[in-house]
Amino acid sequence: MSNWIDVCALDDIDDEDVMRFDHAGKTYAVYRVGEAVYATDGLCTHEQVHLCDGLVMDHVIECPKHNGRFDIRTGKALGAPACIHLATHPAKVEGGRICIAC
Amino acid sequence: MAQLPCIVIVGAGQAGARAALTLRERGWAGRVLLVGEEAHAPYERPPLSKRSLLTPEAAATLVAEVSRYAQDGIELQLQTRVLSIDTAARCVTLAHGDDAPEIVHYSKLLLATGGKARRLDLPGADDARVMTLRHANDATRLATRLGPGSTVAVLGGGFIGLEVAASARQRGSEVVLLEAGPRLLGRAVPADIAGLVHALHAARGVDIRLLDSVSAFEPASASGRITVRCASGTTIAVDTVVIGIGMVPEVSLATAAGLQVRRGIVVDSTLRTSADDVYAAGDVCEFPNHEGTGTTVMESWANAEAQAVVAARNMMGDAEAYRPDLWMWSDQYDHGLQMAGRCIEPSHVVTRVLPGGQLAFYLDAEERIVGAAGFAPTASLARAFTVARRLVATQERRRPAELGDPERALKSLLAA
Repeated sequence: MSNWIDVCALDDIDDEDVMRFDHAGKTYAVYRVGEAVYATDGLCTHEQVHLCDGLVMDHVIECPKHNGRFDIRTGKALGAPACIHLATHPAKVEGGRICIAC
Repeated sequence: MAQLPCIVIVGAGQAGARAALTLRERGWAGRVLLVGEEAHAPYERPPLSKRSLLTPEAAATLVAEVSRYAQDGIELQLQTRVLSIDTAARCVTLAHGDDAPEIVHYSKLLLATGGKARRLDLPGADDARVMTLRHANDATRLATRLGPGSTVAVLGGGFIGLEVAASARQRGSEVVLLEAGPRLLGRAVPADIAGLVHALHAARGVDIRLLDSVSAFEPASASGRITVRCASGTTIAVDTVVIGIGMVPEVSLATAAGLQVRRGIVVDSTLRTSADDVYAAGDVCEFPNHEGTGTTVMESWANAEAQAVVAARNMMGDAEAYRPDLWMWSDQYDHGLQMAGRCIEPSHVVTRVLPGGQLAFYLDAEERIVGAAGFAPTASLARAFTVARRLVATQERRRPAELGDPERALKSLLAA
């Protein structure tokens, strides 16, 4: 069974934006697009850079460093220099709060 | 049995490795031979002046996992030198250690030989404490010499010099930085942004000395230090000297093979050299700039990446013209410096304040955004600059008042 962790209020993340969330020694990136939320590992798979500093557009997070791009819904790496997919984590909104399962 | 066609790539750095990987991604079915002189699998150079100095125990940032080459059927030959190229017979001669040289025929050849750090031809410059930073081994050596109680003289106020200065300060070393010009980053970065960089280094304790250079290095006696004698007449006793005054493209093989060479190996817009079926990419490549006003050697990660991809496609039969990705970044302390497009001789400059720094847009006479440069804490700059790069890439036309308005979300300008 997944263990849902409370992250923040939905409104704490702007529409089409990302926030860093650290839990139990790991870092995650939590995204909001409209009323939908997503979560992935927080570090780019190319060079350990925090994705929370990157730009989200059209369900794609662009790493702030080398512009490695990932689909935030699936974690799929969308081309060089990022070749390794990003791990995703279940995310949901409940009572206006974002929760993710780590 | 007919031999498989073989693409030989000389130089296993960013450009060489990316080209090899791209060939496979694009379905090249022949052999791919990737030849490098170093013992390390292809690695990225930008971390050498930063992470490799700050956390020496950290693993190198590889262009791809080592296992990927075997998986992709790329024959990665490390610690291998290319002795010569015969463009008439379409073959290269390889030397692996003391083994007998091996001749390999190519159907296409890519020269991605990079460059070597420029040195100073001065008395004492061959002292082991006078270092340059280009290869992973250089970083490993330099990292052991940094720390509290050590003093470093950095020669050159460009990207490498400033990154080394920042890393050395973060490790606790005392740092003196000598720059021969009247300001830091004089070659590449607009003066307003360079001024912010200067202020940060000064605040972090770097002793910056402009308009000064070295006339000689003198081994000092008892202290084990080396004395840097400056043109201004002053002397500085330090443990380590790092020369960061640029690189020289490694063209010796190309020159010996009779290829057209100026500063780098000269190519046309499709990255073909003057010899049939021979291409060049990365730091060694001198290519026609997109303004059609001359040729450029561009030393940047983004250029090596993008040229490698175009060279790989063209070796497979395309004839795509290379358009340089004018983008570079530097990391110093917790700050990022980024530039995109053309930041020189703009008609207008619009400055946008970022938390802890600023972002400048450079506009032409029609108010098209032709360049951007920013310096700020990484978390503040990174996202803003991703937007800036997009605006520059499409040369969007935006009103200066909008661009500079801190109340207006930068991202909203993309759709405006």
